[in-house]
Amino acid sequence: MIFVTEVVSVLVTVLATRAAIAGEAWAFQACIALWLWFTVLFATFAEAVAEGRGRARAESLRRARTETQAKLLLRPDERGIWQPRNAADLRVGGLVLAEAGDIIPSDGEIVQGIASVNEAAVTGESAPVIRESGGDRSAVTGGTLVVSDWIVVRITAAPGSTFLDRMIALVEGAARQKTPNEIALDILLAGMTIIFLIAVASLVGLASWNGAPPSVPVLAALLVTLIPTTIGGLLSAIGIAGMDRLVRFNVMATSGRAVEAAGDVDVLLLDKTGTITLGSRQATGFVTAPGIPEGELAEAAVLSSLADETPEGRSILAFARERHGIIPPALPAGAKVVPFTAQTRISGLDLPSGQYRKGAADAVIRSTIGAVPAALREAVDRIARQGSTPLVVAKDGRLLGAVELKDIVKPGIRERFGALRQMGIRTVMVTGDNRLTAAAIATEAGVDDFIAEATPRDKLQYIRGAQGEGRLVAMAGDGTNDAPALAQADVGVAMQTGTQAAREAGNMVDLDSDPTKLIEVVEIGKQLLITRGALTTFSIANDVAKYFAILPAIFVTR
Amino acid sequence: MTLIGWAQIALVLILVVAAAVPLGRYIAAVASGRVTWLRPAEVLFFRAAGVDPERGQDWRGYALAMLAANAAGFVLLFAILRLQGMLPLNPQGFDGMSSWLAFNTAVSFVTNTNWQAYSGEAAVSYLSQMAGLAVQNFLSAASGIALALAVSRAFARGGVRELGNFWADFTRITLYVLLPLAVVVGLALVALGVPQTFAGYVTATTLEGAEQVIPLGPAAFQIAIKHLGTNGGGFFGVNSAHPFEGPSAVATAIQIWAQTVIPFALCLTFGRIVSDLRQGRALLVVMLGFVLAATAGIYAAEAAGNPLMTELGVDPAMGNMEGKEIRFGMPLVALFTATTTGASCGAVNAMLDSFTPLGGLVPLFLIQLGEVLPGGVGSGLYGMLVFVLLSVFVAGLMVGRTPEYLGKKVQAREIKLATLGVLVLPATILGLTAVSMVLPAAVSSIAAAGPHGLSEMLYAYTSAAGNNGSAFGGLTADTPWLNGTLAIAMLLWRFAFMVPVMAIAGSLAGKVKAPASAGTFPTHGPLFMGLLAGVILILGGLQFLPSLVLGPLAEHFAILAGKTF
Repeated sequence: MIFVTEVVSVLVTVLATRAAIAGEAWAFQACIALWLWFTVLFATFAEAVAEGRGRARAESLRRARTETQAKLLLRPDERGIWQPRNAADLRVGGLVLAEAGDIIPSDGEIVQGIASVNEAAVTGESAPVIRESGGDRSAVTGGTLVVSDWIVVRITAAPGSTFLDRMIALVEGAARQKTPNEIALDILLAGMTIIFLIAVASLVGLASWNGAPPSVPVLAALLVTLIPTTIGGLLSAIGIAGMDRLVRFNVMATSGRAVEAAGDVDVLLLDKTGTITLGSRQATGFVTAPGIPEGELAEAAVLSSLADETPEGRSILAFARERHGIIPPALPAGAKVVPFTAQTRISGLDLPSGQYRKGAADAVIRSTIGAVPAALREAVDRIARQGSTPLVVAKDGRLLGAVELKDIVKPGIRERFGALRQMGIRTVMVTGDNRLTAAAIATEAGVDDFIAEATPRDKLQYIRGAQGEGRLVAMAGDGTNDAPALAQADVGVAMQTGTQAAREAGNMVDLDSDPTKLIEVVEIGKQLLITRGALTTFSIANDVAKYFAILPAIFVTR
Repeated sequence: MTLIGWAQIALVLILVVAAAVPLGRYIAAVASGRVTWLRPAEVLFFRAAGVDPERGQDWRGYALAMLAANAAGFVLLFAILRLQGMLPLNPQGFDGMSSWLAFNTAVSFVTNTNWQAYSGEAAVSYLSQMAGLAVQNFLSAASGIALALAVSRAFARGGVRELGNFWADFTRITLYVLLPLAVVVGLALVALGVPQTFAGYVTATTLEGAEQVIPLGPAAFQIAIKHLGTNGGGFFGVNSAHPFEGPSAVATAIQIWAQTVIPFALCLTFGRIVSDLRQGRALLVVMLGFVLAATAGIYAAEAAGNPLMTELGVDPAMGNMEGKEIRFGMPLVALFTATTTGASCGAVNAMLDSFTPLGGLVPLFLIQLGEVLPGGVGSGLYGMLVFVLLSVFVAGLMVGRTPEYLGKKVQAREIKLATLGVLVLPATILGLTAVSMVLPAAVSSIAAAGPHGLSEMLYAYTSAAGNNGSAFGGLTADTPWLNGTLAIAMLLWRFAFMVPVMAIAGSLAGKVKAPASAGTFPTHGPLFMGLLAGVILILGGLQFLPSLVLGPLAEHFAILAGKTF
């Protein structure tokens, strides 16, 4: 479209110049030429602005990828012996040492050690994060800075194809391919351009029957008004703007295709913890054993949690304070702390006033003497059925009651799922909890379906099943065991904090490592399509108006 | 316009829709091979041709079979027309047609256009009519319906390659749908006075003592299929305006019914094949809406009459009756014209050349919109589906999803092919008309001066390219240039459109059928119908606006200004 406009502009300019030289009336032609050049200018302008914004971002990334010296280990087990090596010369599989103050030379996997790393160069977040070997936080990104301790990194990316390189290429638009819908729209617009080209060209023949045909500048003006220049000029700008929007959202997409696919998603696979729920269980209620005042239970619960630094323990203190105004006392001298272990599953505090214990229901009940009140047993079962965790509190072996710990569903998430449902997107909660707990949380959060006791295989199978029915699936994940599912999903958003395997398997990386963003990604994908669709419709419908304005102007005067 | 006039129009359309409902169901049953009451004849054909009706064909196989059948039909018809002088059943002793005329006529009947550069009673023997033209009336219609069925099947299931068997569809449609309907309609026409005889022409002495030759022939059943198959090639030169071809208002009403019932029914067949009748109903409603609007347009323009004639003292109460038969009346002429051009039939029961400029603009524009309202048998449906895909594409983007229709994603490949298909019509019509308007050999065929001359030429190429076949009149069409280029126009639209459509069907058939969700854009509601109508008008019609401005509209304003040519 732009190309046609350019050709026409040149043509009319030449005609106007020729008329001016020959001393004929040239002002009208010159006006049209000027107007055509403005069309070309503005069509290119939008694209240039969008591209410029991307380039600025790439520049700031490039600064992070300064030439670094790597400490290449010669022997894997001895980190004392290393050789300085240029980062660009590192090979995949090489082991490098990064100590406090070093910049990690390339993407890799920590094989040894633990360190805090400042990843501001990539994520923009300046608070350092902990990276350690093994587990789901073993990936490091080239260009980030080790703040403390040391790590041994196995290089996993060849020079030029590191995460940072890919990001730069992406925002610069070097790797920007047209998305499938954009290609389809391009074809339709090209078709319309050809159709109007035929319509305008045929006017020469048709109009000559009743007299002289309209002059070339007039026909050129008609053509440019009719062909879809507006949308044609904006199409690539919309694509760039869409990517740019993701970048500002701190999500890196490996291709525009993935962004567009996000708009098409029918099924969202969301991890329960951290996405749907806050991820830490919080005390939300006391259930007393028969004959025990709630104040007594609350006080015992507070005392048993005094030394408990876990979020659950803190939440009991906060809840008791809120409900009963109990200000937690300072840890009294001579108190004996009973720490939580995986074997006993009980923690507490021994004070002169008594032994305060709290813990998993069955563990605490087993440790007590005497009959368990039926009402308490029922209460414990009820709490478990609702998807919460009951902690039973005892003082000197006497059961006082239970504290209900609940995994709190994020505020507003239910409404969001409702909005997604209206867009036709099914939300599926993935959790390692048992079916009972999962069902309860699923109901509370308002998801459409859930996968309980999910193994990586279960996820993969669920995705394959949905895809087999013709649905598009999006998921977020971070662990290595998520990698197969991320690769299988149509849109896989990997967390920046996740493992290298997960980051490679997904087609987007969330630099903030916030799985909730999956929802925003879907919305951006949709908006991208909507903008294009709306502009196309406007452009096509606008042609009708243009016709009625221009055709009389051309023919009626004659 | 009168109330009784509108009552006539409403009555005919109600009968059409009422018949389309069971017929749509019946054709769906035929398509799936569930109709068997002529099984012996069917099996005979399959066995003779060595066809296994159960063996599916992919889109290429299906399209090639269709092309082969049509190519054979062309060769046969061309031979008959050239050789009719030596063949039997030629009581008037007509010579063989000239090669240009035979080429044009053979192409015309094979492509379901039935543009006639000849006059039936003056140039064609009974054998040519029956064994040549009438046979192609059946076969071209069956080809179109078969293709529409194949395209419909592409939307029915996911992940298939096969679209059915062309030979099976072709045979079954002819045997179970077209033949029985033609027998019924033919008998009705015979009862109303249309001749069906092998006897030669009759010579009568008129009251003034002059001698008049009255042409006869085996007309009734050929006329029946002419309308049922939306072919439109008249047995007699002036088509359904001829007293033997359209003897009465009832006969003309039957013909209107016959030329629209199958295209409308096929919408519902489509709905049944894709297991969602609402989709078919939506297409039918859009088509019916356009037919009504077009009828109203023609009726209003013709009933208003010509202001120049009114000035001369002609009573405007009758409207513009020039070129119209009193026995049909204005409303049935308007409905006949709207349906014959909307349905790609091309039969006429009045002379379009004598219409008011705006009355003539409506049929012209209806053809230019791509012959989908309701379009020819089969071709109307698959043409409409192309517009549906384009509408869905634009609308789908607006709801923020990759566009899909009936669960099939519409992507670059489909849009490319659909755009290609949509390009053919304007390129052919506008390109050839523009060239002809400056070519002396072509301009000499034009009878009228002024904008009306342009309308005549524009209509000829529009009619041929749209595979309509109706004549505006006033154009000497039997010249090598017009015979040749009009034949090319007919071939281009018919086959350069069919093949991309089949490719779309092949590509869609292979896609998985995504289940509908709350985010799916509903394609059966009024919103979509409105959008579809808009896309047809804008993508299908906008490019023709300049030509219409220079032709009919210029003439209209000239008349208002009191200017004649």
